[in-house]
Order: sequence, then structure tokens, then C-alpha cells
Amino acid sequence: MSSPRDVVITGIGLVSSLGEGPDAHWQKLAQPGLQPVLEAARFAPYTVHPLPEIDWNLQIAKRGDQRQMETWQRLGTYAAGLALDDAGIKGNDELCTTMDMVVAAGGGERDEAVDAAILAASESRNDRDVLLNEKLTTELRPTLFLAQLSNLLAGNISIVHKVTGSSRTFMGEEGAGVAAVETAAARIRSGQSTHILVGGAFQTEHSDMLLGYELAGYLHRGPWKPVWQRQGAEGGGVVTGSGGAFLVLEQREHATSRGRKIYAELGPVVSGRARRPRGELDAEIAALLKQAALPNGKLLALSGASGAHAATSAEKAALDANPAIAARGFSTLTGHMKEAQFPFAVALAALAVDRKAAYPVFDAAAETPFEGIPGAALATAIGYHQFEGMALINAA
Amino acid sequence: MANLNDHMGRPIVAVTGIGVVTSLGVGKSDNWAALTSGKSGIHPITRFPIDQLNTRISGMVDFLPSSSKGASPLTYELAELAGFEAVTEAGLDSRDFGGPLFLASPPVELDWAERFSLYNSDKDKDDTAAERLLRVARSLKELDIFETTQFGSIADRLADRLGTRGLPITLSTACASGATAIQLGVEAIRRGECDRALSIGADGSATAEALIRFSLLSALSTHNDIPEKASKPFSKERDGFVLAEGSGALVLESLEAALARGATVLGILRGCGEKADDFHRTRSKPDASPAIAAVRAVLADAGLSEDEIDYVNAHGTSTPENDKMEHLSLSTVFGERIGSMPVSSNKSMIGHTLSAAGAVEAAFSLMTMRESVIPPTINYDNPDPAIVLDVVPNKKRNAEVRTVLSNSFGFGGQNTCLVMAREPV
Repeated sequence: MSSPRDVVITGIGLVSSLGEGPDAHWQKLAQPGLQPVLEAARFAPYTVHPLPEIDWNLQIAKRGDQRQMETWQRLGTYAAGLALDDAGIKGNDELCTTMDMVVAAGGGERDEAVDAAILAASESRNDRDVLLNEKLTTELRPTLFLAQLSNLLAGNISIVHKVTGSSRTFMGEEGAGVAAVETAAARIRSGQSTHILVGGAFQTEHSDMLLGYELAGYLHRGPWKPVWQRQGAEGGGVVTGSGGAFLVLEQREHATSRGRKIYAELGPVVSGRARRPRGELDAEIAALLKQAALPNGKLLALSGASGAHAATSAEKAALDANPAIAARGFSTLTGHMKEAQFPFAVALAALAVDRKAAYPVFDAAAETPFEGIPGAALATAIGYHQFEGMALINAA
Repeated sequence: MANLNDHMGRPIVAVTGIGVVTSLGVGKSDNWAALTSGKSGIHPITRFPIDQLNTRISGMVDFLPSSSKGASPLTYELAELAGFEAVTEAGLDSRDFGGPLFLASPPVELDWAERFSLYNSDKDKDDTAAERLLRVARSLKELDIFETTQFGSIADRLADRLGTRGLPITLSTACASGATAIQLGVEAIRRGECDRALSIGADGSATAEALIRFSLLSALSTHNDIPEKASKPFSKERDGFVLAEGSGALVLESLEAALARGATVLGILRGCGEKADDFHRTRSKPDASPAIAAVRAVLADAGLSEDEIDYVNAHGTSTPENDKMEHLSLSTVFGERIGSMPVSSNKSMIGHTLSAAGAVEAAFSLMTMRESVIPPTINYDNPDPAIVLDVVPNKKRNAEVRTVLSNSFGFGGQNTCLVMAREPV
């Protein structure tokens, strides 16, 4: 039964190594046996899924705006623009100035050359704090700070796309993406908002972004493998990818009154914080699956599994334990996109429901085919280190 | 029987616990005593060398065990102290709070101390700095350094420590973050998702690099000679904010739940309002329309008219830009009355605590109402003639304050306002 306060998805903006936009992603992902786009040399021994060629001008018209951002913010601003375009909101002043926004963000790119020069000099100096002052006061580009600030992705979206109803930035890896979608949906359901832009971006092609995983040894090394097949391989199992995912979530009544196409309805969004050192992850995933109110019958699941050994094997076991679930580990084809991972999962789930077809297996050895029309699809993000979330996406 | 719902039929949100740490001290009583006696916590920087630095003063919190351990450990300690004080005052179990956590905290990065130590721990190979850091990183046996780089880790530890429920939300709306954390808690209670929430703003990120970054944007005061005089909101010679650290925490609770368990109601979180600015990354729209819209939004949300605000706890950073824009927004909304309304800036004494500011200043706003004392704006020796405000100059003022508007404005076009009231109706 649909209700006027349902949360529906009316816009999708996607960028990954596979291309940009919902159509391009659908066409690629619907091809059986699609091979991932990989970059194995630049960050060896790590493999990443690199950004595709992007003409930033298409979504960020002013060169001045582009110059104020580094790739991460450009990528997010670009993906947000795609979603706004897709929802028919871009350029509509009335809708943009009343639109709320929740962005899931990490930090932006540091200046690698400045950092490297400071580190090199530190080898021969003991007064490292003085060295820092000397170098940072003279070598840092003043506006780089703004390109690094977490909330300035949202800030740039306001500037470039004029989304100014409200602007909130959540931080905290995959959990930020989960909380962003969950909070946005709750605001719409309660009548606190009618339309919200929600999503995130991750630009992995920077050594600090890899370091964020590798300080705990989370990255996979050696030859690439699908996300479900990295247990026991060299390294920690995560292969990262650059990408972004933004959604326009809208109150059903708001969307229908302006005659918009609805991709899908966003059902329950659930989240949790297992105390993993105490062994709570298995029970937490099981509890979330229960709270997500899964429908009877066969269910397509877009899994955001990162490949991180412990989290991915726990998720795999939980999904395998339910024979009705046909999981698709999309990180096999996009890499892990951190804050953007959950919004990306929700977007892919919405696309499948909208196109009335499941994705073929992304990994024939670990995934099972899904025949028929998916009336709903599950999206998951079990954090590589902490935090868990899921959402059920239903036919419009 | 008190009315338990507000003018829009939503649950009224009460404050039942307050915690605060600033450069003036740990806890409400030390802070309040200093704040109302016009004492400044701004002092010379000693945490790192000041060679080459144009700004050599700050409001850092230098007296905690984590003060010299880096931004993440200090931010955690600040958040824990304020959170503990608030939960304890609320009479709740400080290991089993039982509601969600909303944490405003600064973006995290690998500290330079760690960067240096990782880099210099393995000099043998002929590789790039980035390659070496990654190679050393993957051989680490402990998670301590890793966790300082995870944006969700401080909240995760707090959730363990204080027994909050569910996935904790860590947020950043730059200098409005603390107010946003409170807003998220209020909204969750209004939606009926929980009976209580813990909102904390904490910032222990005053590193050399942070100071240099703000300095390069010309945002900081360089009046180094008399540190306690450097932060002078609304004064003619104000020349930037003073970087500072601190934390503020509120236990928010539906009035119904608070009364049902016999808790002391310290104040009411009556409304929240926000509006994003699309003008510029660091500057506000010249007509101040987004800040004006945020103030009007909070009044509407609180169900109060302009005449019903007794006092404004200003954002008042002491930057030329902010104070001018804030005055423009207040005078537009409140009209002629603004000249006779008390408007003071806590930042004149504690500096700008960045991600914590909205929460710290909400804590002080609530105390202002409870104590019937308005903390002054100190260093107001030479008023800016273009800004005609009653800033409660230099000395505290005894006054009945029933309602407070607290402003928070930040880089990235963030404008968030809160209205607090002494009594439920």
C-alpha cells in the first residue's frame, strides 16, 4: 500500500570506473561476464578502480568553481548534479532553495608534494615541529584547506547547484552513508522535509586515501580477485574504487504532484553498531536482516561488501544462510567507495527494481542467478572496520 | 499537567544535563565562574613551536592528559568529559545512556607526529614518501594510529564508553557543527525515534597545521602581545578569530520522559533553524539573506515572534566579516529593537572552539537563563560604529532571561540557529 509520505527515489547520479549516470551503469552491469576496469600499476602493490574520463564542465560550469576544488569535491559535486538533473530539479530555483541535503564525507586530498618534501627534510632534522612551521607557512596553497574540509563538498554543491534548504555533512566511512540515507528518509517520512539530496563521493587515487585503510592492513595486494574471493589472499581484502553516488529522495506526494518518474520506493533503512571486538557482528547482521522486513520469496541483494576479510565473510555467511537471497557484490566491478558505498548500493537496487530485471552474477563462482522480476531489492553496507546498515528498496 | 507538545504538536524537548570544557576549565562551575567574571582563556601557544607563525596565541585546552597527544585523542577526551558531566547531571547511568549519540567533531587526519614516526622508522628502501608510509603502515600491529584516521572512531569509542544506542552520527557543518548536533537530537526526539539523545560538540584539533591553514586564509587574529585582549567581537579593531578548543554536551529528552522520571529540567530546546548560503566558500552573501533566513526559520520553528527573544548568544567570532554580517542579519530581523537587546559573544573569552562552538555556546545560553546572568563581551573598548549593539560590554549583567537565540555560522555556507527557553511554555 503506497502512502503520500512514502520516501521515493526520483533522481540518481552515479560515477564509477564503469562510467557515469544510471543508464550507463545499467547497461554495463546488465552484461553477463563484465570485466572490471582496473589500474594495477599506479599504486602497486594495490589495485584500484580508477575514475572514468569526466568532462567536469557538464556539471560544474564555472572554471573558477572547478579550480577551488580537488578531485574529490569535483566528483561529488558532479555526481550530485547528475542526480539533480535526473530528478528534474537542477536549475529549478524554487525546488533547489527548499531542498535539504545530507552529504556523507571523508576528507579531501592533501598536497602530496608538500608532504613528501617535509618528510624528506625530516630525515636530517630533529626540530621537526619547526620544520613543519617553515614548510607549511610557505608551501601550502591557502585555498587547499577548503578543498580538504569535509563539509565543503556540501558547500560546493550549494554554490554550484544552488541547493540551499539545509546542508549537513555526516562523517564516518560507510556508516556516514548509511546514516545520511537513514536520516534523510526519516525526515521525509515525518514531514520534516519534502525532497532531499543525499549521497557521497570517494576519490581513491591519492596515497592518503589508501593509507586510511592500510594503517590497519585492510588493502588487498597482489593479483585482483572478485570481492568474495579474497579470503586468504595477500593483504586485507579491500580493493578501492573512485566514484560517487547521489540520490534525490522525495515524499511520494511531492514527486507525483510534479509528475516525476519514480524509480523505486525506499523502504526501511536500518543501521547498527556491532561491538566487533566482542564478536557481535554476526548477530548484528542477522538482526538488521530481520529489521529490514524482507519480503517472502526470492530477493536480490546489492551488497556493498568491501572485501575486508572479517566483515565480508560475516556478511557472506549471513546472506548465504538465507537461500532466498541472491547477492551481488558490486565492489567486484566498482571497488569500495567508502562513504559513497551505501548510497551506491541503494542506487543499484533502485535501478534493478525500476528496470524489472536483476543483474547477472558479478562473480559466477560465488553468486547465484536470479530469474524473474525483482519486486524489491536489498542494499547493504557492512563497514570494513565498523558500522553496519541496510535498506529495502521496493517497486515504485 | 504541563503541556507536553509544542505549537506544532511535536514533543517538547527538554535539556536535563549539560557538560562543558573550554580553555577556562573543566565543567560548568569553573567555566561559569570565569565567564561571568570576564576572564579570558586565551594564552600564548606552548603546544608547538611558534617559529614563523603570525598568530602565536590560542584558546587551546592544555591541561588534559591528551592535550599533547594529537587531535583525535584530545577531541575524544574533551567529548568524553563533557558527555560524562551532562549524563551524570541528568541522573542517568553514565555507562548506559540508552539513547542515540550525535557528535560534532573536526575532520580527522593522520597527525604529523605519526607521519614523521612512520616515515622515519624505515629509511632503508629507495622509494617515495607515499610508498614508504604505505609499506610501514601495513606492518603495524596495533590499531591506535589507524583509529585516529577513521572519521567514525571517536563516536564509536564514546558509544562504548557512555552506552549510547545504535549507529552514532558524527557530523561536520564547520563552525556550526555543535548546533547541528543539537538539532539532530531535537529532530530525532520530535520524530519519536527516541525519548532521549546525547548531543556533543568537541574540538581538540588546534594543531600547527590547523592554525597555519586558518592563518593562510587570513581568518585569525594576530594581536599576539596581550593574548587575553585578542578576541574582541564587534570592536572596531577586531582582526580575526582566536583558534580554540573545547566541548559542550547536552542531554536532550522529551519533556514527557524527563518529567516521568522526575528529572530536573534545565531548559527547553525550543527550536532549530538553518539555511545554506550559495555565495562563496568562506564569505557570506553580502545581503546576509541566508543568515536572516536561518534566524527567521528558528523563530518559526520555536513558535516565537521577534519580540519574544530576550537575549542573543552571538556567533560573534571577532572576524571583520562575521560580526558585520551577523549584525546585519540581527538588525534586519529584530529591527530597531536590536539596539536595546543584549547580544554577547562568549568567544571574546574562550575564542572560537570551531566544531564545538555551537554546543559550548548552547550550554552557556542555558546557564544564562538559569542563573539570570548574562556573560559579557569582553575587550569591547572601541566599538565598531557601524555595529550598534548592546553587547553587554566588559561586565556581566544580571537579567531575567526567558529565551535565547544562539547563532552558529560556518565556512561552506552553514547557518544554524537554536532557540532555547527557560520554561516549557
